Amino acid sequence: MTGTVLAAAPVYLPQQIAFGLIAVTMIVAAIRVVTTKNVVHAALWLIVVLAGVAAQFIVLASEFVAVTQVLVYIGAIVVLFLFGVMLTRAPIGKEVELDNEPAQRVVGAVVALFLLACMGYVLADYFGGRKLELNGKVVAELGGTTAQISDSIFSTYLVPFEVVSVLLLAALIGAIVLARRD
Amino acid sequence: MGNDVNIGYLTLSAILFGVGAIGLLVRRNALVMLMCIELMLNAVNLTFVTFGSMLNDITGQVVVFFVLVVAAAEVVVGLGIIVAVARRRPGATADDLRVLRG
Repeated sequence: MTGTVLAAAPVYLPQQIAFGLIAVTMIVAAIRVVTTKNVVHAALWLIVVLAGVAAQFIVLASEFVAVTQVLVYIGAIVVLFLFGVMLTRAPIGKEVELDNEPAQRVVGAVVALFLLACMGYVLADYFGGRKLELNGKVVAELGGTTAQISDSIFSTYLVPFEVVSVLLLAALIGAIVLARRD
Repeated sequence: MGNDVNIGYLTLSAILFGVGAIGLLVRRNALVMLMCIELMLNAVNLTFVTFGSMLNDITGQVVVFFVLVVAAAEVVVGLGIIVAVARRRPGATADDLRVLRG
């Protein structure tokens, strides 16, 4: 199926260890986000998950998206969430109104666990012991991925980039209109 | 990076996505539901970067960049809506938004 290059691809032990440690932290933090009774604690646990994702990006040698993840998610989005907690005067402290009724909770959990089981089955069924075939592109040896990302964004994906900037402008105007007192 | 299928990352992404889905369906505070959506988007981002790394293709990271921008826009508008609702009905949950039905 693949050449000898792929068969010789090494498995790096430090990478595996770093992945394992960060992964466990992320899963625990994610479970805390969906179980904690406190809105502010949920936002703070979310920071742990987002930082873990950034760390996994670095382990995967994708430094540009890792830095962007820290800037945009931890720097902007979590701060927005904390502002939202403040502006909606959500009770700071324990709150029992955060969850649905017990019956709805059970149904929701069953549906989500079914989704999780489906994804796990697909992963194990399709990717178990399989190797991917390359399509001829090799980017890792050209020295850093940031330059290639910028090349790609500003050449191949120029039109989506412009569309996304218009989307940001629309979101900006929409937020002003929504938040205006009238 | 080798080109073995990195099943660990894919499993981690699936777990994060599932936990986010559980939170989205179980919670009824709109703020926490938005946080769970962010959790799911991050799981998808991790999948994109993993496949980009496995396939030696830069497009995975470019897509993550776009997802990030869309997530930021979504949070801004979502929080605007939540603040607008909270101003009219303090303490409203996602269930209370059924009054929007005409």
